[in-house]
Amino acid sequence: MNHLPQAWGRPRDDVYGPYDASYLQSRLPQAHTQSPIVTGTSVLAVKFKDGVVIAADNLASYGSLARFTDVKRLRPFNSKSIVGIGGDVSDMQYLDRLLNSLDVTENYSSTGHSLNAKNLHTYLSKVMYKRRSDINPLWNQMLVAGLDGNDEPFLSSVDLLGTTFSSPTLATGFGAHLAQPLLRKVADDESKVADVTRERAVEAVKECMKVLFYRDARSLDRYSIAVVTKEGGGVEGG
Amino acid sequence: MAITFSAGVILGADSRTTTGAYIANRVTDKLTQVHDTIWCCRSGSAADTQAVADIVHYHLGMYGITNEEAPTTQTAAALFQELCYDNKDQLSAGMIIAGYDPRHGGSVYSIPLGGSLHKQSYAIGGSGSTYIYGYCDSYWKEGMSEEEGIDFVKGALREAIKWDGSSGGVIRLVVLTNEGAIRHLYLPDQDYKGPGKG
Amino acid sequence: MTSIGTGYDLQNSVFSPDGRNFQVEYAVKAVENGGTCVGIRCKDGVVLAVEKIITSKLLKPGANKKIATVDRNVGIVSSGIIPDGRHFVSRARDEAASWRSTYKAPIPLAALAGRLGGYVQAYTLYSSVRPFGVTAIVGGWDSEGELGVDGQVGSGPSVGTGGKKPGAKAGGPALYMIEPSGSYWVSLLITRDGIHKTDKAHSKGYYGAATGKGRQTAKSELEKLDLASGNLSLEAGVKEAARIIYVAHEDSKDKEFELEMSWISSMDGPTKGRHQEVPKDMLEEAEKLAKKALEGEDEEETTAPEGETMEE
Repeated sequence: MNHLPQAWGRPRDDVYGPYDASYLQSRLPQAHTQSPIVTGTSVLAVKFKDGVVIAADNLASYGSLARFTDVKRLRPFNSKSIVGIGGDVSDMQYLDRLLNSLDVTENYSSTGHSLNAKNLHTYLSKVMYKRRSDINPLWNQMLVAGLDGNDEPFLSSVDLLGTTFSSPTLATGFGAHLAQPLLRKVADDESKVADVTRERAVEAVKECMKVLFYRDARSLDRYSIAVVTKEGGGVEGG
Repeated sequence: MAITFSAGVILGADSRTTTGAYIANRVTDKLTQVHDTIWCCRSGSAADTQAVADIVHYHLGMYGITNEEAPTTQTAAALFQELCYDNKDQLSAGMIIAGYDPRHGGSVYSIPLGGSLHKQSYAIGGSGSTYIYGYCDSYWKEGMSEEEGIDFVKGALREAIKWDGSSGGVIRLVVLTNEGAIRHLYLPDQDYKGPGKG
Repeated sequence: MTSIGTGYDLQNSVFSPDGRNFQVEYAVKAVENGGTCVGIRCKDGVVLAVEKIITSKLLKPGANKKIATVDRNVGIVSSGIIPDGRHFVSRARDEAASWRSTYKAPIPLAALAGRLGGYVQAYTLYSSVRPFGVTAIVGGWDSEGELGVDGQVGSGPSVGTGGKKPGAKAGGPALYMIEPSGSYWVSLLITRDGIHKTDKAHSKGYYGAATGKGRQTAKSELEKLDLASGNLSLEAGVKEAARIIYVAHEDSKDKEFELEMSWISSMDGPTKGRHQEVPKDMLEEAEKLAKKALEGEDEEETTAPEGETMEE
């Protein structure tokens, strides 16, 4: 006979057969965001010999409604890296605040070292993977552009599952289908990056933003573009 | 909806609450005060938005007392955003936060369903808003006078009431400036021309 | 103070019959032996400076920083028991982070000082704890610009916001000093240092604050600066702070020390509203001037009639 307190007051298994414990479940499983609501579309980026070019348009869609047309989706981090974010805008804002608090705490140690784009990408990938494992994903796809520990151009992506991927050219969302094939003409493997000039990279990204505006029904012709080099990065409207 | 204008902000709303096709309340007040000159427009579930507004009202009251300084519209927007974002699975709340404070002047924030926060020069929301995107985009001017602002809001709401079955009743406005909060009421049987202030 | 607590000094939560908390007074003693700290509120920023006594030749110069940053716009320096000071800073950082997560904006200095005062005061109430053995100077800059909400997108009206009240200037420099008792802005009445009266409602605390071993000298030097008139520039403040630390060090000349300084300017100033170390070249320049000023004083003394020079 079961003497555990959990079994008190219940029909005895030895008399009435095994008790169906599923009736005791008092709580439903916790459910979380299952779909994004206000969304941003593609982010594009290309490495060149001295740095990385990254771009994203300024639209936040509400379904098919072009609801907010002044949304900056390129987020600078400690003036050395830029994170381009697509997907849910509320989660993008959460990530922005998270990165802001990370930047604040990083500045507390006066070692002179600061997180580079590679460190930032590792951090973000762990945040994203943790959230997907909690079955409460942050509904975003991100590109992290900047420099790695050796001051070499760095470009990598993370998505809502915590999947990471790196390549000389990257694009999220619709851009992965439309822009990535075009961008690969600029540099289809790492060895070609050294031959790509800043001008060539910027031109390619701008061309792809145009193609995306023509073919992506959730896009806008106003976009932000940024170039990150050793000298730092700057976002500009376009 | 809420707009910024030369001296502050104007909030406006119709007064219809529905349960399905039935009008549960034809004189609803959807403009809710959360601090002296910080108000919000509620759309979505009435219960959810009232609960959220009540919580923010409480927090802003506490803020004002403990810090010996009135909260800014930004503070209110931050509190609304946190509640709407953290409880997005449970809530059906679309909020517009508009307020006046001497430091920032008038500001308007929109918090749509997912809980993102958007600073805007004017914001529209709720079921009727889809019908007036064109109207607002055409007639919007920045830095309008109070009179122009009131006409803009009233004109837009009249269109929403005209085309949207879920909008209707009276038009309520709140004008927020350095002078404080002033309510306006416009009735359909007076062709939305009066009685106006007070 | 009489060294007789007659048993009333052994427990924190017990008053003496004449209404004193001896444990707090002993904590003040710990502070009075600490390195001198100075904070100056200038018209366009705040300077913090500390005299770091070199306790060992093996210590690396420039290591073991004593001024800490809280959020981005606040600096804290303290005299007294160093680990207590570190814990105090850690609490300040937690408070700042907690404020940010609630209000999505940096914590105003007045609110931070209030919370820290409350925290320190709680350590005077219980028998299970001892009070903080530090007096901390908290200096910072409340942003004078229009603050957004952390993470917000969109920009609002392109013509700027309407109805802004001209002269409703918010933000600016702020300086507070928190003592082991937990008192902060009204502390100047309690300690009778009589620097300046502050109005409570919109007070930004002190104009100038000093604590640690050389506080008396430092305070009298600070009073000479006429900080209340709000004319002292940040650059001049840096030089004054360095000089004051050097002057205050005169009484313990036998010990070597290192000067550490930080500053916070307005958004359009040199530090863009952030709390930072004073740049190396500027610090060296200030130290050079400080030493020169001291030599000047010595010269005056040597010209005084013999027999009147002070000897130690």
